[in-house]
Amino acid sequence: MRYVDEYRDADKARALAASIASLCEPGRQYKFMEVCGGHTHTIYKHGLEDYLPENVTLVHGPGCPVCVIPMGRVDDTIHIAEQDDVIMTSFGDMMRVPGGRGSFFDSKAAGADIRMVYSPLDALKIARQNPDKKIVFMAIGFETTAPSTAMTVLRAKAEGLTNFSIFCNHVTILPAIKAILDSPDLRLDGFIGPGHVSTVIGCRPYDFIAREYGKPLVVAGFEPLDILQSIHMLLSQLAEGRSEVENQYGRVVPWEGNLTALKVINETMELRPYFEWRGLGFISHSALKVRDTFAAFDAERIFEIPGSRVADPKACQCGEVLKGVLKPWECKVFGTACTPETPIGTCMVSSEGACAAYYNFGRFTRERVQEATRG
Amino acid sequence: MAERPLIEGSAPERSADWAEAAVREHAHVETVSREEQVLERIDRARRARPRLREQNITLSHGAGGKATQTLIQAVFLHAFRNPLLEPLDDGARLSIDGASLAFTTDSYVVSPLFFPGGDIGDLAVNGTVNDLAVSGAEPLHLSAGFILEEGFPVADLKRIVASMRDAAAAAGVQIVTGDTKVVQRGKADGCYINTAGVGAIRRPLGGDVRPGDAVLVSGPIGEHGVTVMLARGELDIESDVTSDTAPLNGLVATLMDACGGGVRRMRDATRGGVATILNEVAADAGVAVVVEEDAFPVRPDVRGACELLGIDPLYVACEGRMVVVVSGDVADEALSALRSHPLGAGAALVGRIKDDPPGLVLLKTAFGGTRIVDLLVGDPLPRIC
Repeated sequence: MRYVDEYRDADKARALAASIASLCEPGRQYKFMEVCGGHTHTIYKHGLEDYLPENVTLVHGPGCPVCVIPMGRVDDTIHIAEQDDVIMTSFGDMMRVPGGRGSFFDSKAAGADIRMVYSPLDALKIARQNPDKKIVFMAIGFETTAPSTAMTVLRAKAEGLTNFSIFCNHVTILPAIKAILDSPDLRLDGFIGPGHVSTVIGCRPYDFIAREYGKPLVVAGFEPLDILQSIHMLLSQLAEGRSEVENQYGRVVPWEGNLTALKVINETMELRPYFEWRGLGFISHSALKVRDTFAAFDAERIFEIPGSRVADPKACQCGEVLKGVLKPWECKVFGTACTPETPIGTCMVSSEGACAAYYNFGRFTRERVQEATRG
Repeated sequence: MAERPLIEGSAPERSADWAEAAVREHAHVETVSREEQVLERIDRARRARPRLREQNITLSHGAGGKATQTLIQAVFLHAFRNPLLEPLDDGARLSIDGASLAFTTDSYVVSPLFFPGGDIGDLAVNGTVNDLAVSGAEPLHLSAGFILEEGFPVADLKRIVASMRDAAAAAGVQIVTGDTKVVQRGKADGCYINTAGVGAIRRPLGGDVRPGDAVLVSGPIGEHGVTVMLARGELDIESDVTSDTAPLNGLVATLMDACGGGVRRMRDATRGGVATILNEVAADAGVAVVVEEDAFPVRPDVRGACELLGIDPLYVACEGRMVVVVSGDVADEALSALRSHPLGAGAALVGRIKDDPPGLVLLKTAFGGTRIVDLLVGDPLPRIC
């Protein structure tokens, strides 16, 4: 397949891997965080870690938008969905995520009308077709998906729809990275920057990571060779004593970002004072809410929201996994109480979460897998 | 209207009861520190009898993945347990007055009812024919039960029944008994069909799956699932991919003629796709299944649609493809035999059976890495058959 297979070429990967190995100082340990869940998925799906030397470790960051939604927010969504005449819509990834009282699937089975959509515009279509119902779109995602939510709100207003609103759970990536950088037990040497988010916000906002924290960051694409090349670029920076923001994903990410997308986000949404992230706790200015001027499309003002708060079980160590302090398998409940079928913590919730990816794709020692697949 | 921001303390913090219970359930597990020990602990947890936690049936229970298996184990097998049911194969193998028979049943709820390459009618015949064929039986007689919704067009029913007739003729089986029920408008979605079938087992399969065996697929994978998904028109993707729905009994006969004693196991790769079947093979025989991503035949448009949708073709349903495990020494003969039949022209050798790690499917990725292919959790594609 064109534009895909080129970035999955095993020969190029081997050459890049050899070059990566030659950049590593013997005896030095390197830990890089891939911020975005899409990268985590690519790493496991293609078995990319097989190409890395022993002393290069990848830490799976907080960039899975499904995973970071706190359980209380899931409960609040279900609460709205249970109101009379409500049709709740959301992306398929959210359907299985358990809140304090079960998942959307459970709520749907118990009678609520919760539907999967592929785009917020599909939710708008449902609103047009059901004028006697109240259609709510549970909006999730980083800056990547916020523009499509913003465009949907603008279109709903332009069409004069009165039965459509969004339950806004959009989060912003930079405060989460900053929270991780500020954590005292942090042990990271650099970041593989989120490619999709950067198509919107550009590369400039990461400057503080390189300048103030002295950590290199390379904005990376989502094919396996993109990630290998980004690791190569990070190691080159370290070898040369640099800490800069670089863009490996230039074929998609403009340095300045997408100004039109930023404009529509800014027109319809503003920062919340703070927002709870699963596994990371409350982070200041880390999420978006609907602006006053679009209050008519804000589910938080149309419905009574309980403001549910559900504590993650104490045994869950997602916070440590997200910060790279623990590997998934080092968590006490990993693989026993907490599995992809019954995810207790954020990292197990979606297939892009660090623990789910490890459980599904990487759950074996390299030696044993290599032995089995030999010959 | 007052603003109600989500702020700390806006409601008293609760704990998630189900999560605390799950932690307590596993609290006896000793704390271990080495990765290998942890992986063994996980293996034990995986082998433990699954528990059904949900209060209501969810769509996941019908997806053919882990939730379906849990439901079958915890509800159906628990109530009906007997030696014939216990293997949980595509069909039961019975012996009646010295005759060896295979018996199977399947229900069809595909939406939409008509899709490129087929409809619910030929799906209902082929699905049951295939369950019998891969059990090693020659399919003979089928039943057909219809659940129809008030208001369903008779013209559509005639069209469905005509394709059942044609599919039965193509497979050489007869539909010999049936049933009809009609429910009120809104209580069903047009037309559901159940078929059951019996077949004669004339040639036994060649023993248990064991290390050294070869794994084959009979053709390109994922076409039915992608076709049905695109036919729903929700995705605005256009493609000329058509369903692979077809009766496999002719292909099975050709294979058995060429290397009968060497055929260990056959499964048609329906719901949950090839990956689910490979996991069942690994778990049932206590072996490792090692496959190569590159070796799987996948049509470019199926691959493209899967890339766009973020799903893996290994998990996408087929309705006319099977996974075959044969003794390693007849792998070439088996491949030639499959390819000699029109329905097996795209057959490929995709992997081998090994002894370690037991119960797992490992994939060598096209990129050159390795990963586990586990059972699917949840349901990306409901009502595909």
